[in-house]
Amino acid sequence: MMDLVSSVFTRNSLIVAFAVIGLTIWLSYWLADKLTAGRIHGSAIAIALGLVAAYWGGTVTGGAKGVADLSLLGGIGLMGGGMLRDFAIVSTAFGVQLSELKKAGLAGVVSIFAGVIVSFIVGAAVAVAFGYTDPIAITTIGAGAVTYIVGPVTGEAIGASGDVVTLSVAAGLVKSILVMIGTPLVARSIGLSNPQSAMVFGGLMGTTSGVAAGLAATDPKLVPYGAMTATFYTGVGCLLGPSLLFFLVSLIF
Amino acid sequence: MIIYGVALLSGCLLLGMLMGQALGLMLGIDANVGGVGLAMLLLVFSSNSPRFKTLTSDNAALGIRFWSAMYIPIVVAMAAQQNVAAAASGGLLALTAGVAAVVVSFALVPVISKLGAGEDEA
Repeated sequence: MMDLVSSVFTRNSLIVAFAVIGLTIWLSYWLADKLTAGRIHGSAIAIALGLVAAYWGGTVTGGAKGVADLSLLGGIGLMGGGMLRDFAIVSTAFGVQLSELKKAGLAGVVSIFAGVIVSFIVGAAVAVAFGYTDPIAITTIGAGAVTYIVGPVTGEAIGASGDVVTLSVAAGLVKSILVMIGTPLVARSIGLSNPQSAMVFGGLMGTTSGVAAGLAATDPKLVPYGAMTATFYTGVGCLLGPSLLFFLVSLIF
Repeated sequence: MIIYGVALLSGCLLLGMLMGQALGLMLGIDANVGGVGLAMLLLVFSSNSPRFKTLTSDNAALGIRFWSAMYIPIVVAMAAQQNVAAAASGGLLALTAGVAAVVVSFALVPVISKLGAGEDEA
């Protein structure tokens, strides 16, 4: 009986994912309505449930892909993977007005560079506060605070050790998860309520998954604006990390 | 035809990704620089242009709207496959660096948003 179920489920993994995610969202909206009287958005609860499930999946399987490492839920990996995620993000741009984009154009570009540099400085300062004096380690950990992709890319380029690269990935993951959960909570106090501030937000935060989920849980109408600037951030980080930023850190230490 | 919209969306994504990859290559880094953002711009241009009307109106539009309606479910699936266990086991340094970067970046959102508004008026 179990063999029968698991063989049908693993052969139709993407369909299983649609059903499981659908149930999760239904449950989340029900909880949002009953427990919080709509004060917390249903999608925020769904994303939080997803993260809790991912933690559980990671500890049970020891893998790196949350619940997607469980063979019955492998389809979650495809559904939430880079390909469909990018496809869905691009589709949100349908109906966006060019004039809105132009209005925040300059602030958007400024925010990308400011975001990379500020996150790097904060990450590097924390590394120094924890006793690191080696410029390679300081740069790699700082780059990890940019995103969990910039960390290892920078670390490999400048020859950081494996455990420092792992630390930088962990710092980037903390950032990404905190943006997912924290954005709806702070949205009002940082003025995140219009296309222009969403573009600045995307450029400053930069983590595509964090911004994608954080804005979805705040106001889905803001998603295309934030996502657009956020997708340039990792590229800029990979560009600056092993070059200019490493050079500057080497001058100081 | 619904597939027209889906095909337009696919074309925008592929073209944007190619441009992002080429941009990365030109800058000498092995990363896609803004591929998704460029793809979004392509979709904005084509949906605002009369030339692409058959690909962006009526049923074709439904093909694009379906995917934007699937955005939140896909994001939930994305959350469910994050390496949360690794983030939690990164220790105090990783936690402090990640949290501090987020707090400072959050605080800068209103500052830089104002900068944009100021430029507009000037």
